[in-house]
Amino acid sequence: MALTTENIETESGLKTEEMILNMGPQHPSTHGVLRLELKLEGEIITKVIPHIGYLHRCFEKHAEAMTYPQVIPYTDRMDYLASMYNEFGYTIGVEKLLGIEIPERVEYIRVIMGEFQRIASHLVALGTYGADIGAVTPFLFCFRDREKILSLFEMTCGARLLYNYIWVGGVSHDLHPDFIRLAKEFVVYFKPKIKELNDLLTNNRIFIERTANVGILPLDTAINYGITGPMLRASGLKWDLRKDDTYSVYNKFDFDIPVGEGTVGTVGDSWDRYYVRVLEMEQSLRILEQALDQIPEGDVSSAIPKRVKPPVGQVYSRVEGPRGELGYFIISDGSVNPFRVKVRGPSFVNLAIMDELCKGHMVADIIAILGSIDIVLGEVDR
Amino acid sequence: MIYDFLFKLTGSEIWAVIIQSFFPLFLFILPFALFAVWLERKVSAHMQDRLGPMRVGYHGALQTIADILKLLQKEDIIASENDKPLFNLAPIIVFVGSYAVFAAIPFSGAYIGSEIDLGLFFIIAVSGLVVAGILMAGWSSNNKYSLLGAMRSVAQIISYEIPTIIVVLTIVMITGTLSLYKLSELQSGHLWNWMIFGGPGSDLHKFLFIPFMFIGFIVLYISTLAEVNRTPFDIPEAESELVAGYHTEYSGMKFAMFFLAEYANMFAVSAIVAAVFFGGYQSPFGYLGNTLHIPWLIPVEQFFWFTAKGLFFVFVQMWLRWTLPRLRVDQLMAVCWKYLIPISFVNLIIVGLISVL
Repeated sequence: MALTTENIETESGLKTEEMILNMGPQHPSTHGVLRLELKLEGEIITKVIPHIGYLHRCFEKHAEAMTYPQVIPYTDRMDYLASMYNEFGYTIGVEKLLGIEIPERVEYIRVIMGEFQRIASHLVALGTYGADIGAVTPFLFCFRDREKILSLFEMTCGARLLYNYIWVGGVSHDLHPDFIRLAKEFVVYFKPKIKELNDLLTNNRIFIERTANVGILPLDTAINYGITGPMLRASGLKWDLRKDDTYSVYNKFDFDIPVGEGTVGTVGDSWDRYYVRVLEMEQSLRILEQALDQIPEGDVSSAIPKRVKPPVGQVYSRVEGPRGELGYFIISDGSVNPFRVKVRGPSFVNLAIMDELCKGHMVADIIAILGSIDIVLGEVDR
Repeated sequence: MIYDFLFKLTGSEIWAVIIQSFFPLFLFILPFALFAVWLERKVSAHMQDRLGPMRVGYHGALQTIADILKLLQKEDIIASENDKPLFNLAPIIVFVGSYAVFAAIPFSGAYIGSEIDLGLFFIIAVSGLVVAGILMAGWSSNNKYSLLGAMRSVAQIISYEIPTIIVVLTIVMITGTLSLYKLSELQSGHLWNWMIFGGPGSDLHKFLFIPFMFIGFIVLYISTLAEVNRTPFDIPEAESELVAGYHTEYSGMKFAMFFLAEYANMFAVSAIVAAVFFGGYQSPFGYLGNTLHIPWLIPVEQFFWFTAKGLFFVFVQMWLRWTLPRLRVDQLMAVCWKYLIPISFVNLIIVGLISVL
């Protein structure tokens, strides 16, 4: 659907015309190949239509031709900033279909990797958000810290971005002997860095001016649109699948769910969405501290089935990814290939609210709003 | 001094004046722009835990020259929908506008490109040329982003010229001169005679001036930041919104002209701040040339002090750029019209009342 412009007659009798501005797919701030079609009156936005599909790779169709373990590397490529979590959600679904028990050490490793991935993903979200608003330095500070997490991943499975690490029934490699020590060192190292980020960006007066009261998302609208993750929590609802529909060993850890409080503006504004992510990183550190202390010894590959051939049935498994509820609906027809893998990507669902949030704001605010939604186009288009 | 030498050399007054006015351009500003680009990259890199350019020359010192050579070789793209005459003229106007300013800036007591009595107004007027160039660039590019960037830029520069002029007017009112040379000479002696400390003299007026001079300085510095489109006021070229603003469509040397003009502008406004409030080329402590009885050393020292002051303010601009986010366009206008202009007006009135006392 394309937008059309209308002539507007002002009170003084002057005729002005609305302007249609194409933002993207090649634009520095659309976080990938998103194309936004904006209808502008001066610099005020009257309508936004997101056009997606530039990165469509037929994941769901591909999955039908693959065996269950072969799908895992494809899930990596959806939300490429949170690959570990994509694998996590998919394997949980397949394991539910198979009905197998997982060794406790594997569960702990998955949680540790998942929480590291959450911090890494949030660091990208916060850093690029700062860069969108015009502060480039926090962006590089965030990437500096993310690099350390990627090194930990690299040490574990050899890859830095797309891991193929979490397998059905286990993980591909056991942890490196130094991993626990280095991971604990990172947790100690990273805590003051959150404060540094807050000093540099979060509490910066200009940053607050740009983000507070911009793109306010009321809770009822958020629920109507199916928004999940930090965006929903920023609007004030304590909803986190790690606690509310717990999976893996998350029920063994003590952590809080931060929600948006409207500290500097209204509940559910862009600043709240930003700050909820900062607070979530702190909570992830808490989970990591406990998990790294409690992790039991054991064999990580004992439960990996020789042949993954689940019985006929269907399952919906959902996990709390860094961007929201990541759901996999898997239908098995009893063969080695899944009959259907449907993904509920949080970025895709969250992006749908763009028009609602942007109306009446200025072009510069689009950037602030889009950055606070934190989409990954790999997952939107799949 | 230099004029007499040139006059003897060429035997023509006109040529002597022209050559003298072009001196700062070729001897100082072009090398300075190259240096400033390198400095910006180094400053940003070290603030961000990086090294910045390291390959070309010692610590990447020749990086900008390599960049300019690359830009010179690049194809000069003119899209078919561009308005060609305006498109070609725009970078020249911006370049000329920002470099012509240097003709009136006193680098030292012995050397000033062109000593005119209306120096301050000349600078403000000529730098206004840049606005026309930017608008031409945005319009002729036939690109919505460029047009938006140009519109914002023009609105911003024109608005922020008002507080700049009012603060400059405050100084003109006290000192009674528009000549930057005379203004600098007036602040001779030592630190205490700088306008930021109320100017020369030691009567009651001077002490009453001090707080208002500080306010004036802050207003002037903020509005000059906006005039040269630096963060937090770099909205015209906000790369996350408008790609590159009014020079999005430019490539090759034309782009480099915008780029070099920006860095020349940075020094120009810093030089104005230094000349108006911080004693111009005057040393804060007195001169080595006086102590050692070497008269020719004094202009050299003055040149050093002037460059050092200018560079310091350029560094602060970079420092701010790599620390702060940017404002939104309406907030930017609010800062100007709601805060800076009323403050500078009240400041002007109070300073006027004090000087009448």
